[in-house]
Amino acid sequence: MTMPSRPAAGEPLLRVHDLRTYFHVGGAVARAVDGVSFDIRAGETVGMVGESGCGKSVTALSLLRLVDPPGRIESGSRIEFEGRDLLALDEEGIRQIRGNRIAMVFQEPMTALNPVFTIGDQVAEVARVHSNASRKAAWERAIEMLNLVGIPDPRDRAKSYPHQLSGGMRQRVLIAMALVMNPSLLIADEPTTALDVTIQAQILELIGDLQQRLGLAVLLITHDLGVVAEVTSRVLVMYGGQIVERAPVRELFRDPRHPYTRGLLEAMPRLGRQRDRLAVIPGTVPPPTRWPSGCRFRDRCPFAWHRCVDEAPPEYPVAAEHSARCHLVDDPSRMKVASAAGHS
Amino acid sequence: MPNATPGSLVAFADAAPAPLAPWAPGRLVALFRGDLTAALAAVTLVVIALAALLAPWIAPFDPAQTFDIAARTQPPSATHWLGTDQLSRDLLSRLLYGARLSLGISVLAVTVAMVIGTAWGAVAGYAGGWVDRVLMQVVDAGLAIPRILLLLGVVALWGTLSMPALVLVLGLTGWFTASRLVRAEVRATRERDFAVAARATGATPLRVLVRQVLPHALTTILVAATLGVGQVVIVEAGLSFLGYGVAPPAASWGSLIREGRALLGTAWWMSVFPGVGLAATVLAINVLGDRLRRVLGGQQLHAP
Repeated sequence: MTMPSRPAAGEPLLRVHDLRTYFHVGGAVARAVDGVSFDIRAGETVGMVGESGCGKSVTALSLLRLVDPPGRIESGSRIEFEGRDLLALDEEGIRQIRGNRIAMVFQEPMTALNPVFTIGDQVAEVARVHSNASRKAAWERAIEMLNLVGIPDPRDRAKSYPHQLSGGMRQRVLIAMALVMNPSLLIADEPTTALDVTIQAQILELIGDLQQRLGLAVLLITHDLGVVAEVTSRVLVMYGGQIVERAPVRELFRDPRHPYTRGLLEAMPRLGRQRDRLAVIPGTVPPPTRWPSGCRFRDRCPFAWHRCVDEAPPEYPVAAEHSARCHLVDDPSRMKVASAAGHS
Repeated sequence: MPNATPGSLVAFADAAPAPLAPWAPGRLVALFRGDLTAALAAVTLVVIALAALLAPWIAPFDPAQTFDIAARTQPPSATHWLGTDQLSRDLLSRLLYGARLSLGISVLAVTVAMVIGTAWGAVAGYAGGWVDRVLMQVVDAGLAIPRILLLLGVVALWGTLSMPALVLVLGLTGWFTASRLVRAEVRATRERDFAVAARATGATPLRVLVRQVLPHALTTILVAATLGVGQVVIVEAGLSFLGYGVAPPAASWGSLIREGRALLGTAWWMSVFPGVGLAATVLAINVLGDRLRRVLGGQQLHAP
């Protein structure tokens, strides 16, 4: 397990305020990301958790302005990074950020690599995008990066094609590509989902190790709370395009306040906890064109009462750095009632 | 008259991602292994291409050289292997030089067509939106007009064409299908993760297009170009046959067939040998194009 990250050094590295990314499709508006605010400090690892369709990946793409039409980042959203307003930059300006200051690792290590080029070429290509490094210098840099991410015999391996590598090795290559330009923020979108469990652990360890050595801030997006527990210091739980709970990781595991977070924790398989079946959260995420009124989780929530229909819950503060978007925080007595009524 | 529509677009095969780089030599070897037809086609094509390239050195006579009156319209003999024409010129020599013209014009025209078609289709496919719609409407319009009509129209306007003009005209009327295929390939490829990942590394759209996306259209372009050469050989022959091709005394295969047409009953060799050369070339090209497509996994293109 990685140590909690270093304390904040002044301003946060990334500050996202009221990010709203909507998809306008044939008259309907899919509010995929709907008012997300969070900060990431330099060198910190933040986890972002939620089911598929909750808006995690769109949030990640929004940070680099990679959302294609019909998707759009709505006005009023703000993304500040290293003191710059990313949404005010022109195309050339945002390209200077992408891959250079903020890098991204995608989920599928097979498909995120171009099958017709060697991995060395692909790592070197990133260097050539951002500097007028010679072919040779870029190649050397690529080998250095492949070495950094723990690829054995990088000089030989650089000449391999993606299909000649295992999934774990390919994910290492993607990480190498992301880190070529020494970014200050790495966005890792489900970096271990497509991998075997043992390889997952290695990749997480690698990310944690690089984060320490390079002073990298990491936004780790996953649906797997186990992954979050291993490497992050703070967690953002997303549901329905919003952050429904945020807390330091230990606190989140010890004292989850949002019923959705509890559901996720109960759905986690754990050693030493005998159960006949894993708990599941009933129902599915509603389509982003039709979020329910009031609380977006109310249809699936065992505690929901009339207030959850009438009133959208704000983020209620729970403790320092801990808040939850649930009326139960405001009215804890309801929880006792419901628990007494037999919720497991 | 050969079918003059510039290649009809047929069903798209589900192009699986190539496990090997398209230019890996192993894949080209696989092309001929245990495939007699393909091997034969390749040999035929190599022989014809060599003959065309080496015509000035291997032709027994100057193709424009005339002999005495007794040597007119002679059938194949020891001196003139393929006979002579009505001006007593050596047919074999004319045929060799004709191959040079026919193939040279076709290859150059297809190069022009592929450059335009690739650029056009790549921009349409990558940009999408209204750019795509406008560019593809131009292509649809181009495909709606039979190529030979378009060509005859141009030729009628200009009278006889110089060779560069002929190449240009053939190229400018031959890129529509290729641009459609490239567009389809680019559209599919630009959505793939590695293209999105390349954008996330800060690459410009042009860079993503050229370095990440277009290499995946290479096999499609290669196959389209191969079949395109076969097509243009025929179209050029058609034009020359109608008397609108290269200006005499230069003669492509089409012109030779035209010259022999009137004497078909008495001097069969004058049109049969160029005809055989034409047919063999186009057949070989189409067989090879088809095999290339199969081996490289390109999209479905019909031989003309």
